[in-house]
Amino acid sequence: MPGRVNDFTLKIATVNGTGSASANALLTKAVFRMGVPVMGKNYFPSNIQGLPTWYEIRVTEPGHLTRSGHVHLMVAMNPETFAKDHAEVTPGGYLLYDSTWPRVRDFNRDDINIIGVPLADMVNHHFADARTRILMKNVAYVGALAALLDLDLAVIEGLLQETFGESKAKLVAANMQAVELGHAYVREHFECPLGLRVEERDLTDGHIIIDGNTTAALGAMFAGATVGAWYPLTPSTSLMNAFSDFCERYRTTEQGEREFAVIQAEDELAAIGMVLGAGWMGARAFTPTSGPGISLMNEFIGFGYYTEIPAVIFDVQRVGPSTGMPTRTQQGDLMACAYAGHGDTRHICLYPADPAEAFELSARAFDLAEHFQTPVFVVSDLDIGMNEWMVPELSWDANYRPDRGKVLDADELDRLAGPFQRYMDPDRDGIPFRTLPGVHPAGAFFTRGSGHSKHGTYTEDAAEYQEVMDRLACKFETARAHVPPPAIEYAYAASGGDGRQRPRPTACAIVSLGSCDLAVREARKALKAGGTELDYCRIRAFPFTDEVERFLAEHETLFVVEQNRDAQCKGMLLMETDVARDKLVSILHYNGLPIASTDIEEAVLGHLNREEAI
Amino acid sequence: MSYIRKPVAHHSNLPVNALGLTERDYEGGMSTLCAGCGHDSITAALIQACWGLDIEPHKVAKMSGIGCSSKTPAYFLREAHGINAVHGRMPSIATGANAANRNLYYIGVSGDGDSLSIGFGQFAHAIRRNVNMLYLIENNGVYGLTKGQFSASADVGSRSKGGDINEQPPIDPVLTAISLGCTFVARGFSGDKEQLVPLIKAGLQHRGFAMIDVISPCVAFNNHEGSTKSYAHTRQFYHPAIHTDFIEPRAEIRAEYERGKTMPIELHDGSTIVLRKVDVDHDPTNRAAAIGYLERHREAEEIVTGLLYVEEEGRDLHAINRTATDSLVEARVHGNQQAVLEEVQTQYR
Ligand SMILES: Cc1ncc(C[n+]2csc(CCOP(=O)(O)OP(=O)(O)O)c2C)c(N)n1
Ligand code: SF4
Ligand SMILES: [Mg+2]
Repeated sequence: MPGRVNDFTLKIATVNGTGSASANALLTKAVFRMGVPVMGKNYFPSNIQGLPTWYEIRVTEPGHLTRSGHVHLMVAMNPETFAKDHAEVTPGGYLLYDSTWPRVRDFNRDDINIIGVPLADMVNHHFADARTRILMKNVAYVGALAALLDLDLAVIEGLLQETFGESKAKLVAANMQAVELGHAYVREHFECPLGLRVEERDLTDGHIIIDGNTTAALGAMFAGATVGAWYPLTPSTSLMNAFSDFCERYRTTEQGEREFAVIQAEDELAAIGMVLGAGWMGARAFTPTSGPGISLMNEFIGFGYYTEIPAVIFDVQRVGPSTGMPTRTQQGDLMACAYAGHGDTRHICLYPADPAEAFELSARAFDLAEHFQTPVFVVSDLDIGMNEWMVPELSWDANYRPDRGKVLDADELDRLAGPFQRYMDPDRDGIPFRTLPGVHPAGAFFTRGSGHSKHGTYTEDAAEYQEVMDRLACKFETARAHVPPPAIEYAYAASGGDGRQRPRPTACAIVSLGSCDLAVREARKALKAGGTELDYCRIRAFPFTDEVERFLAEHETLFVVEQNRDAQCKGMLLMETDVARDKLVSILHYNGLPIASTDIEEAVLGHLNREEAI
Repeated sequence: MSYIRKPVAHHSNLPVNALGLTERDYEGGMSTLCAGCGHDSITAALIQACWGLDIEPHKVAKMSGIGCSSKTPAYFLREAHGINAVHGRMPSIATGANAANRNLYYIGVSGDGDSLSIGFGQFAHAIRRNVNMLYLIENNGVYGLTKGQFSASADVGSRSKGGDINEQPPIDPVLTAISLGCTFVARGFSGDKEQLVPLIKAGLQHRGFAMIDVISPCVAFNNHEGSTKSYAHTRQFYHPAIHTDFIEPRAEIRAEYERGKTMPIELHDGSTIVLRKVDVDHDPTNRAAAIGYLERHREAEEIVTGLLYVEEEGRDLHAINRTATDSLVEARVHGNQQAVLEEVQTQYR
């Protein structure tokens, strides 16, 4: 393999529950601290201990923070998956294994380089108890990799000190001992560094490494959310944990009183009920969940839509259907969220592409929910929510004021002539006024999921029922102009008659959403290098805005890239826009791993070549 | 059809409470239930209790699930916000609303189907969390609104209108609530307002989850011979264990109470309930004893009523959460968000 400086992928195969996750995070962070952009992705099992787990680290000076589709160096620590891991190494690449137990007969490839390091043996000599030995074996491979890849040991030591703190200097020393064991052995027995290596840069300044559940939780706190209800469900659990931790720190008074309430519900039916109860009362409330939870919440989501109660629901999607693969990623709930509930319902959905955008759209969701008095979904996924992404530092508008929507206060209710009527449309934007309990006797009304008239009264009258349904449709139309527009990139611009630059659309383009973004970007670059330029529209919200409609209209062929089997985004585009069916070409990826740029590149080229052949 | 609103006429001869309001001011829309339905009597008792306690109507949040019983919040306290949740899920709405604003009265109305079948889990968990609310189960042994199927509270041997005999054991909300740690458990009868009104008052003033199981005959589907939830059957097997007198804060305890037979319990707001035991062998502050007592009378097929278990010192949802005393309705965006963001991000560099 030719030398690859700051541009390679390594994959670490271990057994879960052995402490390898922290070793892998340490490696990732070390690359980041050396100023080189890095991606870390964890492919872990739905299990506490003993099943295979992988961690993929891509060192990428060009900034392709997505799966490359290659493995230049495999760290094969799990005997159970050894054969498969061995087979996966890209020709010319390397495989590092624990040579305490020789496995010569397992090596049947002559196109890769084998690096045997007796990891178990060396830690067993230096550490006494069994648990420490298991943990330190992982730290020892960090040391070995540090030598092979030229990672700065001082950076690693610094990170260990941050992790353990001054009070646990002994732990830092023990870990460093293990690092040095691996490091020294490799230095002695192999030519270091390899062709693959990390060279210091300053490309990560102004960036952080963070997961999207943490940023979404932070967004919720920044938006002023006070009530959260949830039922533990991978991969959404860490969102509420993070929210609780943030609020414990920043939303607790000096007297130790909490200005928030986090309730662990008995199930998701109750969790969404609590959120709606709190939203009805006037608090900013939310629930994080995943597909199985969305399925359970359906009746109440329809209730929230029809009674017009603000709520924010985070769907950190995982692989379905049913329990599916709880620890793998997918975009399989696009339709389940957009149309949750029986009867005619449509919901505002936001689609963050990475943790930075999860922060922004999380906060935005609360404003939209209250502005439009309706449940709003933040449709994230496991890849965004649980993997650590390198993203630009988060920023926050110092002048942010929550948009609480049309709420009549006590003074306004005092001046009200006649009884308050809940579902009128005085502004012709489909958004009625609401009142909050306990504020004023004149504000009282009865919230019901059964048929109601615009006055808020019970009805079974055909015209009265339909009037409210039509206004709800109008409200959704108003939302179309308020939700975040897509992120659009044109390949070419041409100057118009007035001298202004205007985009000149390519014939083919890509439409995608959410965590496909980085893979699409890398694929576009690769395709461009091969002479194929594609415009790109990343949808950020449902309802689809006019910009989406225009983008669809101005291209002949649109590759719709999404991570589910049934082309749900494409289906929604067909249902919700004027696009012609034969213009849309699906590129689907749904095996539970995050989509790689090569998946997209190959599919686009495959399609274009077929077209040419015809 | 549109909503029928009763004319709000002022009858100068009606007594007023401390707020200058008459009972009429505590009414709601016109009931659409069957004439003679027990649920309407409970509505009347609720109105009387709220009026008697001088509660500002708009300081109440009233809520329910789905069923005939669950329709009734529309028939009282027209100046209070109300919400009809989905079937069986009112407890979660109440929990969230109460979490957001602890400074209102919460009245939940449910049915035996709503609470003991589809909503059994939510009912149990609201008790576990000790949500500060009054929770009424208007118990008729059937699903009224879906036309008379047996509910989970139907007694063994009870006959349906169509002639079927129920063979499955009933779920008793009172025993269930006590065993789940409910801090206020009572049973009443829609036909005995004298007993019910003080129970409701005490339940409203109790801090924590106050559950009252109110036998409330369904005249349309479960009031026939052979039903164990009919008016006739309830009257025949009625066994008041205890009378509850509710005494306002600061009011003097005037009645003469026989020592040993009475038990005053002070509530959190300073009001008092005086329990007058009809049965001396019942101690409503002893959980195990209360369960034993109820079991004995259940075997004798008696319907024991009154305040059957009470614990004033239980910690409610907010005590456990250590929630601030202000409501959580205001969005909390105070503090220097910029500085917070900076501090948070240093951990991720
Ligand atoms: C999800 C769902 N399933 C079924 C129903 C139909 N349903 C409406 S009321 C009811 C039973 C109500 O019984 P109960 O709570 O005892 O009230 P009652 O009418 O007897 O007062 C049922 C089954 C429903 N509304 N929602
Ligand atoms: S059907 Fe039964 S429960 Fe329903 S209103 Fe009539 S009497 Fe009451
Ligand atoms: Mg019933």
